[in-house]
Amino acid sequence: MGFSKDHLLARLQELQIDYSKYEHPPVLTVEEQAKYVSSSEGALSKNLLLKDKKNRYYIVSAMTDTKVDMKVLSQRLGLGKGGIRMAPEEALSELLQVSLGCVTPFAVVNESARDVSLLLDQKFKNQTRCIFHPLSNDVSISLNTLGLDKFLQSIGRDSVYIDLEANPVVGKDQPPDLAVYVPSNSVVVPELPTKTASIQTASKNVSAEKTKPVASAKPSKLASNVKSAVEDSALLVFKNPEKFVEEILDKTTALLLSEGKGENVEALAETFRKRLTSEFTHLAVMYKNTAYSQGFYAGTQSQPKRP
Amino acid sequence: MDVDKKDSIASDSSEQVVNPWEVAAKDGGKIDYDKLIDQFGCQRLDDSLIDRVQRLTSRQPHVFLRRGVFFAHRDFNEVLDAYERGDKFYLYTGRGPSSEALHLGHLIPFMFTKYLQEAFKVPLVIQLTDDEKCMWKNLSVEESQRLARENAKDIIACGFDVTKTFIFSDFDYVGGAFYKNMVKVAKCVTLNKAMGIFGFSGEDHIGKLSFPPVQACLSVPAVPSFPSSFPHLFPGKDKLRCLIPCAIDQDPYFRMTRDVAPRLGYSKPALIESSFFPALQASLHAFKLLSILFILFSQGENGKMSASDPNSAIYVTDTAKEIKNKINRYAFSGGQDSIEKHREIGANLEVDIPVKYLSFFLDDDTELEHIKKEYGEGRMLTGEVKKRLTEVLTEMVERHRMARAAVTDEMVDAFMAVRPLPSMFE
Repeated sequence: MGFSKDHLLARLQELQIDYSKYEHPPVLTVEEQAKYVSSSEGALSKNLLLKDKKNRYYIVSAMTDTKVDMKVLSQRLGLGKGGIRMAPEEALSELLQVSLGCVTPFAVVNESARDVSLLLDQKFKNQTRCIFHPLSNDVSISLNTLGLDKFLQSIGRDSVYIDLEANPVVGKDQPPDLAVYVPSNSVVVPELPTKTASIQTASKNVSAEKTKPVASAKPSKLASNVKSAVEDSALLVFKNPEKFVEEILDKTTALLLSEGKGENVEALAETFRKRLTSEFTHLAVMYKNTAYSQGFYAGTQSQPKRP
Repeated sequence: MDVDKKDSIASDSSEQVVNPWEVAAKDGGKIDYDKLIDQFGCQRLDDSLIDRVQRLTSRQPHVFLRRGVFFAHRDFNEVLDAYERGDKFYLYTGRGPSSEALHLGHLIPFMFTKYLQEAFKVPLVIQLTDDEKCMWKNLSVEESQRLARENAKDIIACGFDVTKTFIFSDFDYVGGAFYKNMVKVAKCVTLNKAMGIFGFSGEDHIGKLSFPPVQACLSVPAVPSFPSSFPHLFPGKDKLRCLIPCAIDQDPYFRMTRDVAPRLGYSKPALIESSFFPALQASLHAFKLLSILFILFSQGENGKMSASDPNSAIYVTDTAKEIKNKINRYAFSGGQDSIEKHREIGANLEVDIPVKYLSFFLDDDTELEHIKKEYGEGRMLTGEVKKRLTEVLTEMVERHRMARAAVTDEMVDAFMAVRPLPSMFE
């Protein structure tokens, strides 16, 4: 079921995220939007839905004056020079549940978009406020990136800010720096007849039946796919207390099951200590480092207390 | 720390040569470490010291200590004396950020330093000499800075505690108190001494010496050994001791530092030194550790000469398959040519690379002894030893990769932020 704009705005309020709302006639381009929402309200954004040859999707959300070079981006993602292009219209409605001219970071709130990678322009961070469509192109909202981050966190997403204008060398010894953001799953978007703007309700029904994103079942050939899937869950272990505890219990019980036959309890306890101490310490240190880094980052971004 | 690296040709030198640019054994044999200790004038890290470490830290000494990988030192016992009295120390180690991915040899000093940090509960500063690489490897400033950050990620993945670790790059940090110490050190080093360390003679043109990196490189190993270089970390603790884990070929640099220290009113840094990590193909002539140039001469079956070969090392980015392949195909075996002969005589453990690697990375002493015995007496075959090694290395590399994946740019920023570390001795 696609999120509606009201649903989204209500959620933002629930999360106590500060935003300003501007209603206007439906707009399809940034130029049009600029007519109704002045730059004093915040920085306008351009939002692209991109697709690679393996049916993986990316939302790139950038400041309007940021130059996004598709060739460079494609290389940085490890997709070669021409590996990425604008996604077809169907993808907007099927994956993001939005209409034309309405691509927005908020679209990832939809379950159908769970495999879409969201890449944000790091220049947003320097702005007091940025402007996005809240899932509908007849409204714009301006909010600080902290608000956006908070929202993304609430749906279990990391905010990924990158320097979109960077053009690092990618070669044998220099791995593509954005490869880690390539989604681990691809999505099959069925080709549907041309959609009209008002697809919200229609797509709700359609998505229930047709758009089941199919995780591409290509196994280890796509080593990078598997790798990034592994790495994603690695990241969670170091951030999420439940996953952390789960990992510890998994390893402990595995050792118990493999070593626990016939051993007396004291010897078993010794084995546990010997075999697990160093590994768990390593795990715990990375957990600590992750928490500290998140706090450190939050510290650099925190706004001074109001007098 | 690495200055001018020249490819060294294995000569049938009548003497072994060990200095920061060249390492060659005598007459193509093995490095004689006892002689080296004599020659350099450092101390052997004997069993009594290792026992002392065990008592002081209440934990099993690191595998590198038990197996004699870190085998020499300067003033380590004094550091321990002070530690017993409640006078702490801090650790200092560094890396010249290279373009290649890190291989296992690169990780060794970091693995050991991490153990020291945990066991003694002391802070650590890690220096990334991006300026040096920029000048000597002709990289752009941006590139060397980027490489420094990339290398920092692999270093962090070794498991350092962010509340006790400060990583800095020269380009970012040189200035202020650090630079003042650099100048102080430079003023203490005579021309003769510098020439001695760098092997320049009166015939070399002055450009070589006036070239900034030389001064920087003289100071580079020295300055981080002085706590006043880090006023945000050690304010008012000018006498705090420093312990430096390093490879033994770096000894000359630190001898100079130790010479200069008392003249500036600082404590002499202590050293704990490691031997060389052999390449897969093992060279019978030349080993090189911990530097980017991995010089080796393969005396394998085809007698081919090779240098700086990616197949000479296991990289942290290698897949399980690649590791298995490299071990099976390239790791120099001390086993005999035929099974019958092997069962009869047993393997030559002196030259066998898999067993050597296991002695570095297999933590279980009992298991290692068992393997050495069975293999040395011919009951175990090379294939089995290589299989066990592949398991051990794959697990290590996997663990490193997982940890590496969790290192975000924010984490690197946090490690590299010039910030106080209030819990650094906890």
